[in-house]
Amino acid sequence: MYLLDHDDWGSQANRKGFGSGLVKAGELNDQVVALCADLTDSTQISLFAKKFPERYVEVGIAEQNMVTVASGMASMGKIPFTASYAAFSPGRNWEQIKTTICMNDQNVKIIGSHAGLYTGPDGATHQMLEDVALMRVLPNMIVVVPCDSVEAEKATVAIAEYAHPAYLRLARDKSPVITTIKTPFEIGKAYVFAPGQDITIIANGTMTPIALEAAEKLFKDGIDIEVIHSPTVKPLDAATILSSVERTKRVITIEEAQICGGLGGSVSELLSEHSPVPIIRMGVNDSYGQSGTPSELLEYYGLTVKRVMLNAHKLMG
Amino acid sequence: MSSNNFTDKKLAIEKLELIANDVRQDIIKSLENAGSGHSAGSLGLADIVTALYFDILKHDPNNPTWDERDIFMLSNGHCVPVQYVVMAYAGYFPKKELMTLRKFKSRLQGHPERLVLPGLETTSGPLGSGLGQAAGMALTMRMNKDSHRWVYVIMGDGELDEGNNWESALFTAKYKLHNVIGIVDRNNIQIDGTTEHVMPLEDLRAKWEAFGWHVIEIDGNDIEAVIDACAMARAIVEKPIVIIAHTVPGKGVDFMEYDYHWHGMPVGLADVGGAPPKNDQAMVALKELRTLRGRIKNEHE
Repeated sequence: MYLLDHDDWGSQANRKGFGSGLVKAGELNDQVVALCADLTDSTQISLFAKKFPERYVEVGIAEQNMVTVASGMASMGKIPFTASYAAFSPGRNWEQIKTTICMNDQNVKIIGSHAGLYTGPDGATHQMLEDVALMRVLPNMIVVVPCDSVEAEKATVAIAEYAHPAYLRLARDKSPVITTIKTPFEIGKAYVFAPGQDITIIANGTMTPIALEAAEKLFKDGIDIEVIHSPTVKPLDAATILSSVERTKRVITIEEAQICGGLGGSVSELLSEHSPVPIIRMGVNDSYGQSGTPSELLEYYGLTVKRVMLNAHKLMG
Repeated sequence: MSSNNFTDKKLAIEKLELIANDVRQDIIKSLENAGSGHSAGSLGLADIVTALYFDILKHDPNNPTWDERDIFMLSNGHCVPVQYVVMAYAGYFPKKELMTLRKFKSRLQGHPERLVLPGLETTSGPLGSGLGQAAGMALTMRMNKDSHRWVYVIMGDGELDEGNNWESALFTAKYKLHNVIGIVDRNNIQIDGTTEHVMPLEDLRAKWEAFGWHVIEIDGNDIEAVIDACAMARAIVEKPIVIIAHTVPGKGVDFMEYDYHWHGMPVGLADVGGAPPKNDQAMVALKELRTLRGRIKNEHE
């Protein structure tokens, strides 16, 4: 899988990968345009705006208008990337995304930055935890949650080449960089980042490094973990997940979002129909976030290596 | 269809008025057959939509995605019965399909869907998002140096309660998108009553002007005024244009005119004060339209 050794993990916000990825996408296809709602630096769309000023559109603090304008541009052949905080887009403009983008099957990309607890001190209003669920239920929409900045860059280029609506979820603060330019990324594919026999841990976003670290430590405890990184929540890679679960018969999901309707919900739906096995879903469970550093918040909401290990031991009985 | 010859123009207008009158009859019939749907706005817009498809718009029913076409969107998608009827008259699909309005598997969905019926530029119904899409299309035309094309978008007046419109109004003015021509169907009614009772819009002209738009006010049931206003709008190049088209809701059917109860209801569904019994409503409405309020005697009578 061409992953970095744990000792070599870097540290960068995955929104940085989006910023550079969008410039790449813009170089590859001159129909790529970018729209932003007064958050150009925060979302890193500023890199594209500087490089291609004639293809950048400032919409002001108006997320509903941002996506309806993008729908109109896509209707005329452009490939619009719209960026804001996930709390506002898709948080505020869900209906416009549904009606004018998804029902029209317009080639618009929704970039939700500052999603999850990694948003830290800004507090609960800005820590978007419901975006995965909101976007996942929309027909024609796909949902991508990259694990680091390197994958975020690849995902950005990939969704530009995918001619339908797409949602890309990004985090604000620095998080471990675990993949390399050689690590594969394809929309709709999940990857076995660490093979194992006892328990399948399915993770995405900033929780994939947590899962890998827990797997290393659990191996010393005699528990052999298979870590599946599933950057695409929709369409979910059922084949990869089911073939793993058929062997391990135990599952943990972990994500930095509401477990209801997110990756955990998605995996549960798959397994309850095709391969019912004991499952523990880790994430935020029906509550809002709060101010604090990302590490304080991850500790408080139980998204830590230690908690994964406890849950693994529990599953092994 | 348009001509510089004054006499020809007058004749053309009369012909369009007759088409609009036929359109109204098919609106009544298709809504009665559907058993639900929005009558008042559809009837009120018959003159504007007829003028658009038969005079104003550059379009080709045989090639709905023609890349030089003007764009027309009905942001207030609930009034789509009028668009369906006019599209059928213009040749987008057979008129007999009008009797499938709102039925299972019909291309004529209760609210318009782009992916279902060729010729529809967008999906609408949830209000307030047409203007933003129009702005995005117009901006793209400018980016592509695609001139001599316009984006026409009809908005309901009640629809202007939605904040999305005003975000889009700011945006369209910022970018001076003069290739956007908004048409507000100022019929003064919405579901719960008059617009000024539910949520006052006046001074509506001043609001649009304050947002940086050029405002033209017309009688929206006067086809010649609609055509002239759009021609004037196309001549304005420094800012976007909105035509406030004053229309009569339920226009052409006496018992429906000005009555907001007919906003979301077809004939034949319920007895309404001031209207004929429900079983007679369609007949009375159609007779009135057929005879142009008794001004002409139909050959069948």
